Amino acid sequence: MAKGIKDKVAILGMGCAKFGERWDMDADQLMVEAFTEAQSDAGIDVSQIDAAWLAVAFDAVNIGPSGIPLSMALRLPNIGVTKVENYCASGTEAFRGAVYAVASGAADIALALGCEKLKDTGYGGLPVRSRGTTYDMIGVTGSAPGNFAQLAAAYRAKHGVSKEELKRAIAHVSVKSHANGAKNPKAHLQKAVDMDTVLNAPMIAEPLGLFDCCGVSDGAACAIVTTPEIARALGKTDLVTVKALQIAASNGWELQQAGGWDGAYFHTTRVAAAKAYHEAGVDNPREQISLMEVHDCFSITELVTMEDLFISKEGEGYKDVLDGFFDADGRVPCQIDGGLKCFGHPIGASGLRMIYENYLQLLGRAGPRQRQTPPALALSHNLGGSPIQNVSAIAIVGLHEA
Amino acid sequence: MQTGILAFGAYIPFRRLQRSAVFAANAWFAPGLKGAAKGERATANWDEDAITMAVEAARDLFADTDRSTVAGLTLASTTLPFADRLNAGVVKEALNLPDPVFASDQTGSQRCATSALVIALSGQGPHMVIGSDLRKARPASEAELAQGDAAAAILVGQGEVIARLIGTHSVTTDFVDHFRSSGARFDYGWESRWIREEGHTKLFGGAIKDALARFNLTGADIDVAVISITVRGVPESLAKQAGIRPEAVADTFSAEVGDTGAAHPLLGLAAALEKAKPKQKILLAGFGQGADILVFETTDAILHPPKRLGVAGHMARSQKTDNYLRFLFHRGLLDLERGMRAEMDQKQPGTTLYRNRKAVLGLVGGRCAKTGTVQFPKSDIGVNPNARAQGTQEDYPLAERRAKIVTYTADSLSYSPDPPVYYGAIDFDGGGRLVAEFADCASEDIEVGREMRMVFRIKTLDEMRDFTKYFWKAAPVREGEA
Repeated sequence: MAKGIKDKVAILGMGCAKFGERWDMDADQLMVEAFTEAQSDAGIDVSQIDAAWLAVAFDAVNIGPSGIPLSMALRLPNIGVTKVENYCASGTEAFRGAVYAVASGAADIALALGCEKLKDTGYGGLPVRSRGTTYDMIGVTGSAPGNFAQLAAAYRAKHGVSKEELKRAIAHVSVKSHANGAKNPKAHLQKAVDMDTVLNAPMIAEPLGLFDCCGVSDGAACAIVTTPEIARALGKTDLVTVKALQIAASNGWELQQAGGWDGAYFHTTRVAAAKAYHEAGVDNPREQISLMEVHDCFSITELVTMEDLFISKEGEGYKDVLDGFFDADGRVPCQIDGGLKCFGHPIGASGLRMIYENYLQLLGRAGPRQRQTPPALALSHNLGGSPIQNVSAIAIVGLHEA
Repeated sequence: MQTGILAFGAYIPFRRLQRSAVFAANAWFAPGLKGAAKGERATANWDEDAITMAVEAARDLFADTDRSTVAGLTLASTTLPFADRLNAGVVKEALNLPDPVFASDQTGSQRCATSALVIALSGQGPHMVIGSDLRKARPASEAELAQGDAAAAILVGQGEVIARLIGTHSVTTDFVDHFRSSGARFDYGWESRWIREEGHTKLFGGAIKDALARFNLTGADIDVAVISITVRGVPESLAKQAGIRPEAVADTFSAEVGDTGAAHPLLGLAAALEKAKPKQKILLAGFGQGADILVFETTDAILHPPKRLGVAGHMARSQKTDNYLRFLFHRGLLDLERGMRAEMDQKQPGTTLYRNRKAVLGLVGGRCAKTGTVQFPKSDIGVNPNARAQGTQEDYPLAERRAKIVTYTADSLSYSPDPPVYYGAIDFDGGGRLVAEFADCASEDIEVGREMRMVFRIKTLDEMRDFTKYFWKAAPVREGEA
């Protein structure tokens, strides 16, 4: 197995725009907002950036093709700018590009920026779009909630959980994230909700109601990365380094009956998580991971992901959820910033927003929502696609030499 | 070698719109419809048309008949989705028939299916004639109440026939009881008293009498008379005129199905064959700018109990509905606000459809010759990760295989003309998995493990270019569909 990325790359600075309905800004302005914070944090000049990666998932209502929009928005000095798209995992994909560039020695300092402008579609939820001319003839162009809701039916069938009990567990996921989002000034949704509100909300895709679905937002987030040596040379003392970075893409295995996938979990997340823990040297994630930002596009996704990340035992994730294990004051807080649910989900930015939160938490800079037990190792999980066919990206970051 | 009927099948859509609900909505405007407001009419869902219903009727026929024997098929309909694209060609692809097969469309009158049958019986066959119509009428018209949607398929040819042909007799005269010009949406009809006296009694009744005389039969020889007019009392009156016993007059399904146009004579014939005993003479009479009269005599082969659902089976699996507004919306007669999600461009590249026609229209997947792994769709490198087999995929039809639900949801966010849209992953018996939309179902029909069967349906409509896209959906297996 490859030696991996552990401790080869440090985060020099990060930034994140206010997520939400940014009626006031175009995509390039959101990029500038996120970058300004990151540049100030990193303390570098734009001319020091050697290469850049841009993550954007929805072209049609956004910036159009190529890396040029990032180069133009930030007036980058004619460096290589690569646009990446890997469904909702695009943000972590851009981070991977920048981290790999630094790790290879090809770049001293690299930028990863994710941006999405979703509130120019005219309706809530993700834009309806083609998945290619062949797929469109035989595939179901369901909504994102419809695609993810199917986890619930399969999970109930597999683990013998009643409809009511599972609905309560996923409602708890959302109540927890709203409580966390209320403490986050950059979050799209900053209002706490109670169980009854969640349980009685209009149905979007059975069994997911309105509060089981994350916000769809405008936003941007970015990371500037370099080597630990250069970071120190630039005056950084408390370093956050990349411990693991893994991406797993479906190859159609889940889509074949003989594969044995039962619809109740994410195959790719299990693959990526196992590799990431190995890369980071984590052998007991339930004990070693301090906090998590996972891809809670829907409440059921977060619940199932707790098992796929090997934090909860299979079939017992819903019990941990109801026990408050993942609450802000729980053993392993999950979505301490509000998550996709409340921070918002500007697709291309989300993976970088998760790393941003973990970075702030590790450095003790998260303000009122700061985890009280000082964290040492934080995981982010960024997923794109649907349960039956997806891209799962996991980044583990932690204090250098911790 | 005897010439006659080899097999039959039928399809009636699941929903039955209550005529009382139609009348209740329109009574303020058309109180005169009260007398016609009894019973129900078979109502195709938004994702059905003359092509999809024809496919289902043919599949019903194929329940106990080897489809590879079919040499030709004719789709008879006055509501063909395409004016210039072989509609029967779509049916052929959906039935996964081999390319060397004859296929044509027959249209132009309410008797186009009986006319197609007359032509088919003059050849060697085996030739399948499918009558299929999705009727369209103006709201608050008598036709809206009287009509229904259905399809029926009759396979004719030589060999061990279940009913041998005694003879055919056709007359043609330009009697315009109603008409619909090319491109027009609705029929324009003339006074019913004139139609009854000049059309039904003289023209149609005369043709029946002439036919019997030509075949050296008397009315008393006829055991079942399928006289395809749903106007109350007309079949009985024409039978009496021809000396046919009142008890021989077949039900026209006016109370439960309605007048299904081109499909109706074949639907009546299929129902008659379902109940027939050996050595019975069945008269089939189709009317429209003239008449086609066919007389058959059943053979001992009729005794073999058919596995098909048939007319009776479809009658038993109906669902009553009072939702008249949904019916109007599905017929394009009510312009509901559909929201921006309905705006997605549905353009169908002709090249892609042609390359993938077996998968898309025929639901033909692949089976790895090396591992036996079944998948949909086929791919150059098989999906089985243990084999890494390349170029080993053989055609593997999935349409007739039952499946079970693995995952599902009821999606209220995605645009559907019949919300919420149900879909999920299904596993086919014998292998293969598909994420499919579910057709004709409600929340009580769906659970993990529920048995499903595949149905050929409209996937979506490209409204910008007026093109219908077809694919397969999964429907709950209901009682009788063993």
